[in-house]
Amino acid sequence: MAKQTVTVTLTVNGETHTAEVEPRLLLVHFLREHLNLTGTHIGCDTTHCGACTVLMNGRAVKSCTVLTVQADGATIKTIEGMAENGKMHPLQEGFHVEHGLQCGYCTPGMIMRAAELLAKNPDPTEDEIRWGISGNLCRCTGYVNIVKAIQYAARKLREQAAAGS
Amino acid sequence: MIPPPFTYAAPTSLEEALALLQQHGPMAKILAGGHSLLPMMKLRLLEPEVLIDLRRVPGLADIREENGYLHLGAMVREVELEEHPLIRAKYPLLYETTRWIADPQVRNMGTVGGNLAHGDPGNDHPATMMAYDAQLVVVGPRGERVIPAREFFLDFYTTALEPDEILTAIRIPTPPPRSGGAYEKLERKVGDYATAAVAVQLSLAEDGTLSYVGIGLTNVAHVPLFAARSCAHLQGQRPTPERIDEAAQMASEDCNPRSDLRGSAEYKRAMVRELTRRAFRRALERAQGGQ
Ligand SMILES: Cc1cc2nc3c(=O)[nH]c(=O)nc-3n(C[C@H](O)[C@H](O)[C@H](O)COP(=O)(O)OP(=O)(O)OC[C@H]3O[C@@H](n4cnc5c(N)ncnc54)[C@H](O)[C@@H]3O)c2cc1C
Ligand code: FES
Ligand code: FES
Repeated sequence: MAKQTVTVTLTVNGETHTAEVEPRLLLVHFLREHLNLTGTHIGCDTTHCGACTVLMNGRAVKSCTVLTVQADGATIKTIEGMAENGKMHPLQEGFHVEHGLQCGYCTPGMIMRAAELLAKNPDPTEDEIRWGISGNLCRCTGYVNIVKAIQYAARKLREQAAAGS
Repeated sequence: MIPPPFTYAAPTSLEEALALLQQHGPMAKILAGGHSLLPMMKLRLLEPEVLIDLRRVPGLADIREENGYLHLGAMVREVELEEHPLIRAKYPLLYETTRWIADPQVRNMGTVGGNLAHGDPGNDHPATMMAYDAQLVVVGPRGERVIPAREFFLDFYTTALEPDEILTAIRIPTPPPRSGGAYEKLERKVGDYATAAVAVQLSLAEDGTLSYVGIGLTNVAHVPLFAARSCAHLQGQRPTPERIDEAAQMASEDCNPRSDLRGSAEYKRAMVRELTRRAFRRALERAQGGQ
């Protein structure tokens, strides 16, 4: 079969990229290998672990199970796009302060999923957080500090919103 | 893991999508959310030569009530069902089913149409659509046809959908007053397919007898099952605990589970009995106004 390529345009962390890709190229490989954004990890490759989670048009998706061509025209946000002007995002700060990671492999995916969760629900209960990260596996922490990290970020984001900043 | 090579098309109309399906024959597959298809392609369980992505086809993602039905476009994502106030308020069986499918990221991509068209006996929507007595609207070169959900699932991963047809919508009858539904799913962990699951939808007549009963069973046979004998046993009757128990027993006898990593066949039958009871009780409470 002749190899087809498709022209795609994606906005990743605010920057627009146009590329010729094979239809079977997975979004996670596009991000890691074409754009060198290696913060998005591949844990299982079978849609189970959530390490590869990125935001696609604001929705958390497992980028190992999305074709780059399916993301044509989409706005993508990865862990590299979270800090602003050299300042950590409250979620990154939360994982740091509350020790929400050990090896750190699951962390980028956890943070991207948590970002979507907090955008929809700024004041989640512990149950809602646990249900919300049920598509993300962590083999190190036991999740307790991950929940605390997300609560920390939720608090801080609410304070920032209240202060109008 | 990388899927095998294929040619990709993203048509912008239903006509164009149908023409592509006809042109490429059975080696072409529709791509919806991709969350059943892509994992299977990565494992080389499927190697379609052409993928026809429906994401640009307009009019396939509506959620609305009309003419006594809830109309769901085939491309409605699970997350949209989960967040829609109408679904939560009036279709608790559908709401609960969606909530128990996979995990948040998968629900952000997976579509209700893909969940049905895939024909996987482990998927959760088929039993629920059977319980509701939903209709599936299918379009092909021979025009449109409407297939009852109860006649849609023919065999293991085999549905009544022809290779040149596209599922465009699902119609769920809007339940009359004094109706209720519930989904009971037993899973090993969040995100797993059901060890067994039961969907119940019912309506009560003025005199307290059951004017409608639909019961569907997930992952306890090579196809999703409609528990016909249990429904007939309850239809027109008063929902006494004895009658519910008898109907639950029938469901456990009429399913045909296989022993696997999720449990033995015997265990799954026992679970079908218990889950039927629980789903029925909760559906009844809702119909009686408890919500
Ligand atoms: C980790 C994981 C866990 C999961 N757990 C569950 C679970 O607990 N319960 C559950 O129900 N599901 C589960 N799923 C499956 C998930 O819900 C899928 O998204 C769903 O089964 C298929 O929907 P899709 O839109 O992704 O379809 P796709 O994968 O795009 O398509 C599936 C099949 O249907 C065909 N198709 C799709 N749409 C149409 C259409 N409109 N017309 C004709 N043919 C069509 C395709 O050609 C393909 O053969 C899980 C998936 C994953 C990856
Ligand atoms: S790498 Fe994508 S879910 Fe694990
Ligand atoms: S910190 Fe190691 S997997 Fe989560």
